[in-house]
Amino acid sequence: MKRREFLKGTAAVAGTATIASPAISQTPTELTFYYPVAVGGPITKLVDTLAAEFEKENAGIKVKPVYAGTYQETLVKLITAHKSGGAPALSVVLSTDMFTLIDDDVIVAFDDFVKTDDDKKWLQSFFPAFMENSQTGGKTWGAPFQRSTVVLYWNKELFKETGLDPEKAPASWAEQLAFAEKLTKVDASGTATQWGVQVPSTGFPYWLFQGFSTQAGAILMNQEGNRTFFDKPEVIEALTYWVDLSRKHKVHPPGIVEWGTTPKDFFEKKVAMMWTTTGNLTNVRNNAKFPFGVAMLPAGKRRGSPTGGGNFHISSKAPKEQQEAAFRFARWCTMPERAAQWCVDTGYVAVRKDAFDTPVLKKYVSDFPAAAVARDQLEFAVAELSTHENQRVTKALNDGLQAALTGTKTPVQAMKDSQAEAERILVRYR
Amino acid sequence: MRRLTATIHGWLLLLPAMAFLALFTHWPAIGTLIDSFYSTPRPRRPSAFMGLGNYREIFDDPIFWQALTNNLWFAVGTIPVSIGLAMLMALWVNNHIAGRTLVRMAFFTPTVLPMIAVANIWLFFYTPQYGLLAQFLGLFGSFSQNWLGSKDTALLCVTIVAVWKEAGFFMIFYLAALQQISPSLGEAAALEGASRWYFFRRVQFPLLMPTTLFVLVNAVINAFRTVDHIVVMTRGGPDNATSLLLFRIYELGFGFWDTGLASAMTVILLLGLGLVALAQYTFLEKRVHYR
Amino acid sequence: MTADVRTGIYEPRGLARLIETIAAWLLAILWVLPLAYAVWTAFHPAEFSARFTATAPLTLENFVRAWEAAPFARYFFNTFVLVTLILGCQLVLCTLAAYAFARYEFPGSNVAFALVLAQLMIMPDILIVENYKTMGKLGILDSIPAIALPYVASAFGVFLLRQTFKTVPKELDDAARIEGASALQTLLKVYVPLARPIYLAYGLVSISYHWNNFLWPLIVTSSVESRPLTVGLQVFSSSDQGIDWSVICAATLMTSAPLLVGFLLFQRQFVQSFMRAGIR
Repeated sequence: MKRREFLKGTAAVAGTATIASPAISQTPTELTFYYPVAVGGPITKLVDTLAAEFEKENAGIKVKPVYAGTYQETLVKLITAHKSGGAPALSVVLSTDMFTLIDDDVIVAFDDFVKTDDDKKWLQSFFPAFMENSQTGGKTWGAPFQRSTVVLYWNKELFKETGLDPEKAPASWAEQLAFAEKLTKVDASGTATQWGVQVPSTGFPYWLFQGFSTQAGAILMNQEGNRTFFDKPEVIEALTYWVDLSRKHKVHPPGIVEWGTTPKDFFEKKVAMMWTTTGNLTNVRNNAKFPFGVAMLPAGKRRGSPTGGGNFHISSKAPKEQQEAAFRFARWCTMPERAAQWCVDTGYVAVRKDAFDTPVLKKYVSDFPAAAVARDQLEFAVAELSTHENQRVTKALNDGLQAALTGTKTPVQAMKDSQAEAERILVRYR
Repeated sequence: MRRLTATIHGWLLLLPAMAFLALFTHWPAIGTLIDSFYSTPRPRRPSAFMGLGNYREIFDDPIFWQALTNNLWFAVGTIPVSIGLAMLMALWVNNHIAGRTLVRMAFFTPTVLPMIAVANIWLFFYTPQYGLLAQFLGLFGSFSQNWLGSKDTALLCVTIVAVWKEAGFFMIFYLAALQQISPSLGEAAALEGASRWYFFRRVQFPLLMPTTLFVLVNAVINAFRTVDHIVVMTRGGPDNATSLLLFRIYELGFGFWDTGLASAMTVILLLGLGLVALAQYTFLEKRVHYR
Repeated sequence: MTADVRTGIYEPRGLARLIETIAAWLLAILWVLPLAYAVWTAFHPAEFSARFTATAPLTLENFVRAWEAAPFARYFFNTFVLVTLILGCQLVLCTLAAYAFARYEFPGSNVAFALVLAQLMIMPDILIVENYKTMGKLGILDSIPAIALPYVASAFGVFLLRQTFKTVPKELDDAARIEGASALQTLLKVYVPLARPIYLAYGLVSISYHWNNFLWPLIVTSSVESRPLTVGLQVFSSSDQGIDWSVICAATLMTSAPLLVGFLLFQRQFVQSFMRAGIR
């Protein structure tokens, strides 16, 4: 049965050169699609709607979206499905998992499917910053879908109260510190009732730290994903700045700051400025009962932020016609109008420049200028930390960052240890 | 002949249960042991026998030692406290205080709530500044401590959550046992002029020993298998201060896909539990023969 | 009530009673606080999840949002099927095994019993890595049986039932035999009815444990068709957007409601069954 379908499928595929489906095959190609949900909102419904619309325009393909949990869970499901032979043809996982997926032979490059000029233009239409985590060894392994960057949210009301210009966000490290000092309120007994600035450090502190390190002028890993630079002086400088915010200047909460409660801290006015993902835009818009602003992260030596979020990946073990279907669906979902709509619905950054020229996003941005900040910051954005054995290496960095922030180790020692651990893991990949 | 029929019947009755046990307990235990001697298969390097290599790596890993120490502290924190509280709760509920049904209900509700859900609620309790604990302590003068975000207090906090979750469950066992104690014992003791404390210490407590041993088995097991709240509240942080053995196994086996190390660590955990099991089994057997 | 007579002698009186009552109440309030908070937060809008003002408006919006965020209807169904499957198999397997241990003398029974008891410590929860491989080999990954199978042979159940069966007087057994009952019929007609409190107590323990089990189902399931409630709940714990307590509490109440209501209605029977079960 499989072979018959395969032959039919290849006949169908061989007959096409465009993305419009010819629907030659009798049995529709079934495309299983694993996707994570990492933001609030009726994402499952949105994905189901996308699938239904795609099926209308492509009669020979049946899309089966499978909600797979968090990014971490989706990765686990993908790899286990691959190992036990039931891999979904298309999946969305963190762009940083690219090396892991390549190493385990889980995915195929998009280049095999990019045939026409239209296809090539499509591949080049993504923001370069997002492609950094999607390409290696000259090939493209992922297509950006739901991506984000870190941005600074600030409470305009609190700025005004303190005498700061409510429309001006801090533009440099020095300003960030100065503003935060003004915004930190301490009561009679010396306990802080309001913090100036807060950068979360639970779960994946490395992502936020990449903001600091990029701003200090450092890159944390090489493009091949087999070497890290955690102990470079600029990196230590970045970490020292972050640690000093809480330990020396006392404008930042001490210890580890919980990612999950940071938005709530902001709404409760317990902190005046917070670093978090653009994905929180809709959440903040709905829940902040005060005027707020969104800005690019303050510059150190330069502006900088890591990108984040997930890419489309095509499975290596799926039969050829499913892979083609997967490519088509991925391409379809990232057409300008759809990328724009996805941005508005979920709060992720639209992954291509021309999406911002569509009427949908034009209107959205004019109503809500904050939505353009993430796009503007892409000019300064760098790849998210991604190496072979990514989970292990990021854990090494995470542990070091948490050790420095809790004061258990000095920034120098923490980064030295993290680098040593990362070296130990990556040396065999060189 | 009868003996043969008995043997056959006996084994037939036993077969279904033993089959499942063999497949999902005994075989995996052995399988884990075997796997622990092999390196993790990687795409370009298939699995190879490496003797005690995985164990060496585990013992060299400071995170393993941290997880072990944490787990031991966690056990020391949860086992006596939850058993003690359970006994206390049972004693209280057993007496006819006002509203005892409600109190009993209150003590037991944590058991029916999934840990994954209550962990988020406890996360709120521990949130600095506006969390419930912070608000409460704020009534007595300002105080804001980052409970889950500092290495000194994080483990204690998750221990409290675990105790809260299981004390009520153990209470039920004690309650049932208390109500089994014949009232004549109480009467006899009262006749002899024994104080309430004496009655507890010399009559109730020893009679509760079988329950205590039974509950102890459960508490020990729970100390090593309760990690749901870690997944939600701290993910092992800050800097592995709340990493427990099973959590680390999960991280190694399903986060890093390092099945070799995960198996080795599982074996270590099983050995530890096996020793405890041996001790408990000896105790329990004695108890069974006692009656 | 007989209970009065039992502990009557050493019941605290007067001041001691008052102190004990207050202490018990304080502890009870502390114990029920998380649930109380969940109820408060689920029925009030998001901005009141950290403020406890008495005049806050009530709303059902959180429940609507929670229901829409994930296919809870399916999760309920899966969980229901899962706990029923597990309990059903456990009852059958453990009854048969306990009967064998209690009433049959055969070579190897001691070894077998020791092997069974080993599972008290070598739990499926610890053997996740290897069991996962086994499920892969059996080809049933990501299905409800995959979650259930490691738990169906329960050492705890065998242990409890064996103890109970041992207390059944031999005369009843003999009487049944004389009437021509086979071994299985004796089991069904004599032993099982006498062990009803045990079954009830054990069933309640099993259901509440498996309804709330998280780590193993998380590992072994990947699709909506097999995922139980706890894994479904986790979607709220790990959002990029941070923790929305209103929705989480609404989801928590929704998913725990059956167990909570069940317990509230049947707690007397629950405790009594433990009592009669003579679980020591």
